[in-house]
Amino acid sequence: MSRTDWEVVIGLEIHTQLNTQSKIFSGASIAFGAEPNAQACAVDIALPGVLPVLNKGAVERAIRFGLAIGGTVAPKSIFARKNYFYPDLPKGYQISQYELPVVLGGKINLLVPDGKGGHYEKLVNLTRAHLEEDAGKSLHEDFHGMTGIDLNRAGTPLLEIVSEPDMRSSAEAVAYAKALHALVRWIDICDGNMQEGSFRCDANVSVRPRGQAEFGTRREIKNLNSFRFLQQAIDYEIQWQIDLIEDGGKVQQATVLFNPDTGETRAMRSKEDAHDYRYFPDPDLLPLVISSDWIERVRGELPELPAALSARFEGEYGLSAYDATALTASRETAQFYLDTVAAAGTANAKACANWVMGELAARLNKAELDITASPVSAAQLAGLVQRIADSTISNAIAKKVFEALWNKEGESADAIIDAQGLKQVTDTGAIEAIIDEVLAANQKSVEEFRAGKEKAFNALVGQCMKASKGKANPAQVNELLKKKLG
Amino acid sequence: MIDSSLKDIAAALRAKTVSAVELATDSLARIEAGNPKVNAFITVDREGALAAAQAADARLAAGSAAPLTGIPMAHKDVFCTEGVLTTCGSKMLSNFTSPYDAHVVSLLKAAGAVMVGKTNMDEFAMGSSNENSHFGPTRNPWNTDTVPGGSSGGSAAAVAARLVPIATGTDTGGSIRQPASLCGITGIKPTYGTVSRYGMIAYASSLDQGGAFGYSAEDCALLLSAMAGHDPRDSTSLERAAEDYTSALDKPLAGLRVGLPKEFFAEGMSDDVRAAVDAAIAEYRKLGASIVEVSLPNARLAIPAYYVIAPAEASSNLSRFDGVRYGHRAAEYTDLMDMYCKSRAQGFGAEVKRRILMGTYVLSHGYYDAYYIKAQKLRRLIANDFQAAFAQCDLIAGPVSPTVAFGIGEKSDDPVQMYLSDIYTIAVNLAGLPALSHPAGFGAGGLPVGLQLIGNYFGEARLLGAAHQFQRATDWHTRKPAGF
Repeated sequence: MSRTDWEVVIGLEIHTQLNTQSKIFSGASIAFGAEPNAQACAVDIALPGVLPVLNKGAVERAIRFGLAIGGTVAPKSIFARKNYFYPDLPKGYQISQYELPVVLGGKINLLVPDGKGGHYEKLVNLTRAHLEEDAGKSLHEDFHGMTGIDLNRAGTPLLEIVSEPDMRSSAEAVAYAKALHALVRWIDICDGNMQEGSFRCDANVSVRPRGQAEFGTRREIKNLNSFRFLQQAIDYEIQWQIDLIEDGGKVQQATVLFNPDTGETRAMRSKEDAHDYRYFPDPDLLPLVISSDWIERVRGELPELPAALSARFEGEYGLSAYDATALTASRETAQFYLDTVAAAGTANAKACANWVMGELAARLNKAELDITASPVSAAQLAGLVQRIADSTISNAIAKKVFEALWNKEGESADAIIDAQGLKQVTDTGAIEAIIDEVLAANQKSVEEFRAGKEKAFNALVGQCMKASKGKANPAQVNELLKKKLG
Repeated sequence: MIDSSLKDIAAALRAKTVSAVELATDSLARIEAGNPKVNAFITVDREGALAAAQAADARLAAGSAAPLTGIPMAHKDVFCTEGVLTTCGSKMLSNFTSPYDAHVVSLLKAAGAVMVGKTNMDEFAMGSSNENSHFGPTRNPWNTDTVPGGSSGGSAAAVAARLVPIATGTDTGGSIRQPASLCGITGIKPTYGTVSRYGMIAYASSLDQGGAFGYSAEDCALLLSAMAGHDPRDSTSLERAAEDYTSALDKPLAGLRVGLPKEFFAEGMSDDVRAAVDAAIAEYRKLGASIVEVSLPNARLAIPAYYVIAPAEASSNLSRFDGVRYGHRAAEYTDLMDMYCKSRAQGFGAEVKRRILMGTYVLSHGYYDAYYIKAQKLRRLIANDFQAAFAQCDLIAGPVSPTVAFGIGEKSDDPVQMYLSDIYTIAVNLAGLPALSHPAGFGAGGLPVGLQLIGNYFGEARLLGAAHQFQRATDWHTRKPAGF
């Protein structure tokens, strides 16, 4: 029996915690890390008689998101009650949006690594995004057989972003999640802190024989709070489903949890014991009406979006799609790059891109520093790029200068080049003198070259560069050496 | 003095012929003597009342008194009162002391009113007889073998028995008007959104509305003026400037068009109620009003629509009473589910459970469209009927309750018969309109009959004005039950 060619279908539901000052329906703070229940007011505790009042800041962030993804901001949306009992859900219902969400549609363009060092483009359509409140937390430790309840998180504003089932691999799912993560930070609606739960992914995964029109039965992996777990969980789940089907089994719709320690997914509840949430419009809240004036004001305040900036980088600076996307991964990176180009000149835009994504990114990564804390400023990096461009230093020396800038050995590339005598030697006489010395000392290589060994030439160039302590202009060395060897 | 009009009490306070402390003491003494007969109060706050009265006297002496300063009053136990037991008539909250004041409670505190206690009510405001209280039924002061109506029966009985001159109530399907009618006092439910629901324990959020009880329309106008106003903590609170509901009290009735919905007079009303209602309408005509017939063709659908919408909202509103954070928790349980089930089974009474079950059912997957959505459509039709009627008249008059007060225990085994006692009042809540009940005479057994006046949105001042003109010409509202 020939093995079936399986196609994977993935849709993501991502909960982003909105970075408002206070909760979505109360005035309590949402700051992370307070003592349990120190940030739970009467409304959050759901005392008898309390009522929710919608936080306009949360709505404004939803509008920002809707505009950023090119979706429709609903002129009227409805808050509904999702009813179920759980100790960390104080009201016995969660206020969410069900039939009429605040944002409909929209899309995100991605570059997905193809596994061969390259990338391909991918469009992911969004279904909707809706506002809702978070639940509290159950604390199972430290209570000796009892459970503690912390309601600090109860009522924290969330924007749940639901994608279409458009992704076909874990790599696409991760690329999408990363793009969304970058976007919500870019438009400043979420701090993106995954450890603190500000950005949590649920993945709906199914498989089907390639060519089949209907989707397979999906299982939903809940609460993945890192890109690595997202990838691992999906990969495990895909293989689990394929193995099950190939062994003659049938996938049952279920909610599953990923265990990072074992790398496995495990069913939490099946469709049979799925809740009937008894959604109905919350009579305590009026329909959320968003005027076109409000939408236009928010539109006016939006920063240039990563997709637009990326297109500009490709068009104006001649960067590749991959480079342009990488440089717009965060607003801070893009700003650093823009500042570097502004100081170095547009003609050096490509070289600036290489330095920002290459040496600088590697050093920052190694030092675990954010680009906003970079020891080398955009102006300093631009100065360095300029000295390469005007042949004052070679690329090899430039790395030394960069290192010196990183270590604060000088104010600028120029200062370091001067102080450390790193200026490139371009004087023909001086270079010829070095070459003569090298030729005299390496007669064996000269003979080999004359016997037709091309490699010997490179060895001689290397010797000349070494003799000049890397300062000789490599192109000149090449040219003069060739002449001398006839 | 407690059985005088607010105007007279306020004048006496200012003339120093009586002090707020004397009034509070008098009210507390009346409660002590009368409450064992009627069980109108769940909690009496003697210390709080005397302290508030002293503060009121200081304010009166300083000349900074408001119209209600120093007036003893009671809150229905559905309103949260800081530091005072707030039970909602339920075992579930029999141990709950609220850490905050409802908006209405803070407004009346700020006005200097003196709260003497919290009044009995049907559990979570579900009922029409006050028999569904964990704290025992309230009895009608006119005949203590009969019910006072519900769910604000404690407040109505307390005012009717002259224990306090005014009290607050809430009306979700008639819970102010019906007990006002059965107890022979005046009660008004304003336009939905007039009185903040913040701190008013929710039964059916889209229908619940706070309101006022008093001996007369004038007293209700004074109390309602102090209770109403926009509250940013209630998203359904109307953004309207505060209104003085006494402003139209002296407006003559000449030219007023009173509509009589033919459906209200077709059948179902008992003869004694009908006679009193007809006589009251004749009095309005005598005072210069013209009478027109109007139609509310969908009003008959109000009860079925109400018993879908109200339980649906209630089933969700009452989910917070889970024994986790406050309120009753079962003494013994095996696990979380057991704790929920036992705490709620023990904490809620039969009628509350019945409505939670009905509400859960109508919201369930597969039934939602057939019940909840359909009921919402009926609600719209009912509201439209009223608007069509108000094109022909300025206010609508009719009965409040099909009968005078019925006997305690008479209907408690038949929930549908009990539900039908709100047949004339429920449509008003579905439409969100203001309506009042004022005394209109007496029926069988010498028990009071009320007349209902329904106004268009924001028509409270006009309603109260009409009732006040009626009360200037009649003395039904001055009659007191014997023994109080």
